[in-house]
Amino acid sequence: MTVNHYIFLSAILFSIGAVGVLIRRNPLIMFMGIELMLNAANLAFVAFSRQLQSIDGQVFVFLILAVAAAEVAVGLAIIVALFRTRQTVNVDDVNALKG
Amino acid sequence: MINSLWLIPALPLAGATINAIFSRKLPRWLVSVIACGAVGASFVVSLLAFFAMQSTDEHHRVFNVSLFTWIPVADFKVDVAFLLDPLSALMLLVVTGVGFLIHVYSIGYMDAERDDGYGHFFTYLNLFIFSMLMLVLGSNYLLMYVGWELVGLCSYLLISFWFHKPEAASAGKKAFITTRVGDFGFGLGVLLIFTTFGTLDFADIFAHAKLIDQSLITIITLLLFAGAVGKSAQIPLYVWLPDAMEGPTPVSALIHAATMVTAGVYMVARSHALFELSPFSSEVVAWTGALTAIYTATIALVQMDLKRVLAYSTISQLGYMFVAVGIGAYGAGIFHLMTHAFFKALLFLGAGSVMHAMNGIIDMRQLGGLRAKMPRTYITFLAAALAIAGFPFFAGFFSKDEILASAFATGHTAIWVIGLITAGLTAFYIFRAFFLTFHTEPRWTTDDRRPLTEDDSHRSSVNGHRSVHPHESPAVMTIPLAILAVLSVIGGFAGMPKVMGANFLEHYFEPVFKPHDLHLAASTEWMLIGASVAAGLLGIALAYWFYIARPTIPVTLARRFSGIYNLLWHKYWIDEIYSWLFVDKGYRLAMFLWQVLDVKIIDGAANGLGRATAALSRVTRSWQSGYARAYALMMLIATVIVLGWLILR
Amino acid sequence: MSLSVPDLNFRVIAPALIVALTALIVLLAELVTPAPRKRWLGVLGLIGLLIAAGATVGLWGAPASAFGGMVVADNFGLFLTLVILLGAALSILLALDFVRAHRVDQGEYYVLVLFAVVGMILMATATDLIVIFLALELLSLPLYILAAFKRADARSLEAGLKYFLLGAFSSAFFLYGIAFIFGGTGTTNLMKIADALAKNPRNDLLLVGAGLLLVGFAFKVALVPFHWWTPDVYDGAPTAVTAFMSVGVKAAAFGAFFRAFLVALPAFAFDWRIVLAALAVLTMTLGNVAALLQSNVKRMLAYSSIAHAGYILIALVAMGASGLSSALFYLLAYTLTNLGAFGAVIALSDGERERLEIRDWGGAARQYPFIAAMFAIFMLSLAGFPPLAGFTGKFLIFSAAVETGWAWLAVIGVLNSLVSAYFYLRPIVQMYMSEPVPGWDRIRVAPLVALALVLALIGVIALGLYPTPAIVMATGGFLR
Repeated sequence: MTVNHYIFLSAILFSIGAVGVLIRRNPLIMFMGIELMLNAANLAFVAFSRQLQSIDGQVFVFLILAVAAAEVAVGLAIIVALFRTRQTVNVDDVNALKG
Repeated sequence: MINSLWLIPALPLAGATINAIFSRKLPRWLVSVIACGAVGASFVVSLLAFFAMQSTDEHHRVFNVSLFTWIPVADFKVDVAFLLDPLSALMLLVVTGVGFLIHVYSIGYMDAERDDGYGHFFTYLNLFIFSMLMLVLGSNYLLMYVGWELVGLCSYLLISFWFHKPEAASAGKKAFITTRVGDFGFGLGVLLIFTTFGTLDFADIFAHAKLIDQSLITIITLLLFAGAVGKSAQIPLYVWLPDAMEGPTPVSALIHAATMVTAGVYMVARSHALFELSPFSSEVVAWTGALTAIYTATIALVQMDLKRVLAYSTISQLGYMFVAVGIGAYGAGIFHLMTHAFFKALLFLGAGSVMHAMNGIIDMRQLGGLRAKMPRTYITFLAAALAIAGFPFFAGFFSKDEILASAFATGHTAIWVIGLITAGLTAFYIFRAFFLTFHTEPRWTTDDRRPLTEDDSHRSSVNGHRSVHPHESPAVMTIPLAILAVLSVIGGFAGMPKVMGANFLEHYFEPVFKPHDLHLAASTEWMLIGASVAAGLLGIALAYWFYIARPTIPVTLARRFSGIYNLLWHKYWIDEIYSWLFVDKGYRLAMFLWQVLDVKIIDGAANGLGRATAALSRVTRSWQSGYARAYALMMLIATVIVLGWLILR
Repeated sequence: MSLSVPDLNFRVIAPALIVALTALIVLLAELVTPAPRKRWLGVLGLIGLLIAAGATVGLWGAPASAFGGMVVADNFGLFLTLVILLGAALSILLALDFVRAHRVDQGEYYVLVLFAVVGMILMATATDLIVIFLALELLSLPLYILAAFKRADARSLEAGLKYFLLGAFSSAFFLYGIAFIFGGTGTTNLMKIADALAKNPRNDLLLVGAGLLLVGFAFKVALVPFHWWTPDVYDGAPTAVTAFMSVGVKAAAFGAFFRAFLVALPAFAFDWRIVLAALAVLTMTLGNVAALLQSNVKRMLAYSSIAHAGYILIALVAMGASGLSSALFYLLAYTLTNLGAFGAVIALSDGERERLEIRDWGGAARQYPFIAAMFAIFMLSLAGFPPLAGFTGKFLIFSAAVETGWAWLAVIGVLNSLVSAYFYLRPIVQMYMSEPVPGWDRIRVAPLVALALVLALIGVIALGLYPTPAIVMATGGFLR
């Protein structure tokens, strides 16, 4: 297993995440796609870190995990507030702003 | 005195600022006093600066007053600096002088305007004068560009002043958009000057212009000229000017006769050091001017709206000025600019006086016989008409003659012929308008029996009546008319041809322009003068013949034009020639030029450009669908394209 | 193995620290502040911003770095810090009455603004990609919430949701780009990346990383075709929030954008300059064209802000000292002008009912001559009319482009700014010339909003008439 395998896997994960954002209508699932993309980046960081014999990449992962957690909190808050007013969580129904 | 040059633009700016803020709280008379006082004081300062300049040594009559560094850019800087030389001094006097008279006139003309409209109007007028003065005084292209842009902005505000009228709103937009096309060229020209010379200062640029590759100079001057074409309403960007008379009449007088449209001529004259280096650009300028002159003079022949006649006439006269600066007779161009400012402002103000008297009617089919009702307007309008027609010893006679003589002397015989024909056309259309307005049977009535109808056909409107009570305008309007009339009569003596006396103006301009010796034999010069006079007199005589002596002719011909050819009675051979040459063919040609070339093609292109942009705008808006997932998809596609390009190239 | 303690040098991040501290104090004070006095929390925040500005000025002229070269206080960063602080202070002035009128008068509003400001300052001064990422998130997360701050309003929530989803999506690209750059060079420090690149110029991993980084920045500064969130979010978010994010995010994100590309990636300049030039053309053109027919003032200003991002991007393409200083000057001018424009919208709203349709602005000049005149001047400045701040900014950027051989880009910029005048003039004409629309008499202009407008106006006119001091300040450049 070379670093290339990890990067390849990370790219696949990233793509799956991106496609998830595009094809799902539930913002919760879309956000899970985004989480997958962030974790793909984490995987890449760890893999590169290992290859470069540098601890930096591993540290970044912790920072990114913290950021992702904060994002979850904010995202869920917005989604819940939206559900309360609109009684829907379908992003395609949320398109009053356009033009 | 010259160090106080900044006062000249500062005073109108102060007037505009005060009126912008306080006009609602101030009594009307104070608003007027502030606005007129600011411009009047500016005129006085200009006059003092003029005399201070004249009192210095002849070879040092160029003053550059730098106030402060405006924008430092890398290794050069742009100063806020004013340039006073004979050219800008004369422009200052024209702008502030004529501008002042128009301000005074507006007190009477805008009297019916509601309160804050009155204040706004004078604010814009003052702002306009300020912008024009910045344009004239700026000692570098950037400052000139500042004035240039501000003039465009003010003209937009003033033309669409009566915004509730849809025509006024769209005329303002059109003026703004059309001149912006030219401004784009001008802006590029300025950028190119900056890259070429590394400075924007007039003195530096003109000093080094000879070292620059000629083709580059040609490109620069053509770009600059594009700006002039827009601002000074030449082919093909003239379309905004005829519509622009939707604004209040003093605005037409100020912007579209006396000052704004002259900005292009001034700019070319100011950049003469560049234009002289590019014969090609100069030819383009001269020919654009000549073609515009004759083309719009033809269109003016068939207009029924008095202000429209004047608007097309303005374009045509500007054509003369471009002929002059194109063939290198810069002094003659500015001379005509000056006399034109006098008589065209007078014509517009006279037309405004007629409108004022006739409850806003300006269609000549509903005017007529106003001579007795408005004697002062009549006599002043006559003075202006004689001036523009080139009647001997009136202002326009000398300036037009100098342009035509210069065209002949520099070998531009074709342009001379065009100019001569245009002179005849000019005399005809202006006297046609004059006779239809002030002479002939009144086509209005003082009783209210007839309902007002919009009647487009020529014939029925000739007999159509409207209920009005014409009256002479108040003194605050007629006194400016009188002053302008005096100037229209005597203004030309500043630049008499050599065979008649001394050309003071040419001598005056010597610190700026090289003296332009025509090298014409006295007999040739007399011949040229005779030809212009003959063309003018012929035009006046034909107009008289046509509209006074035999007033049935237009009606008959109009009938014939609508298909009833056999009604034409073969009474006089002159009728035949006239109708064949000037009316049947001429009328058709003029109508064709106006209705097809002007309205459909050129105007249509201007409107079409606007519509196309609007359509594009609608398309781009439709992309903004409101669906977050669609946005994400488009972002992803764009990302893939960016990455693909970076990696694969 | 030796353990070295890196030089922390807290002084360098004093401005950000002071704002963060203020945010914490406001957060605590919020607990004990009774409802009618919440606006004093905003005043507290303003004081904090002022102190931070003082600290920034104190750092001026002595470039220094801290935290092992992760953050610097160079004149470039400090200039942007001042711009950000100025924008934040003015937008808090605008918000003090706004939040009450919209019944969202909560102390958290100011806390979130202050935390976003911390993120912005760090982003403008960071010299390490990971710090830039963290700062980006620190500024984005509060803004997601602020966009949705009017919880009862479906439009505000929609704005929040779209901003959040698309923002998080683009953050992922940004982060993935950092991962690749890290993989390609073994570092995330901008200067070290440049060193690594000098040794090994053609590096596919790095190209991918640079591309993804570009996408992330393009999203934040709203470059076409990554701009889609902008009109919807600007439209739906509470106006005071829109005003704040339209200026603060631009200043911070452009700061990091310039720094990342000019410090770390000049070796690839040939590649990314062309991409960015293309994006600049797209951004200016689409922004202006789409704004032409907007009938809603906020959407019009949203598209206008997109177009302005395009102009600033020209300065990045131009590179060089003049490009850098012109961009800084432009950001300052844009911050003042745009805040003024949004401020006028806030000033002329009747409680919760804002006049967003341009056709409803008829007669504004008669009722509110001062506000109308100021709004007109802000519009003219955005359109680039001389002698206002916007004109000077455009002139500097276009001449920087011409100077560095990108004349064609400047030409497109000039053309665009000519087109843009059309839609900037529409509200002016509406205010001054159309018949009055009823209901103006119900409007009371809040004095603090008027104050913010006057401050912005002074800046806009001063930067137009006498820009020299600001230009001199903006020529500091980076600490490399």
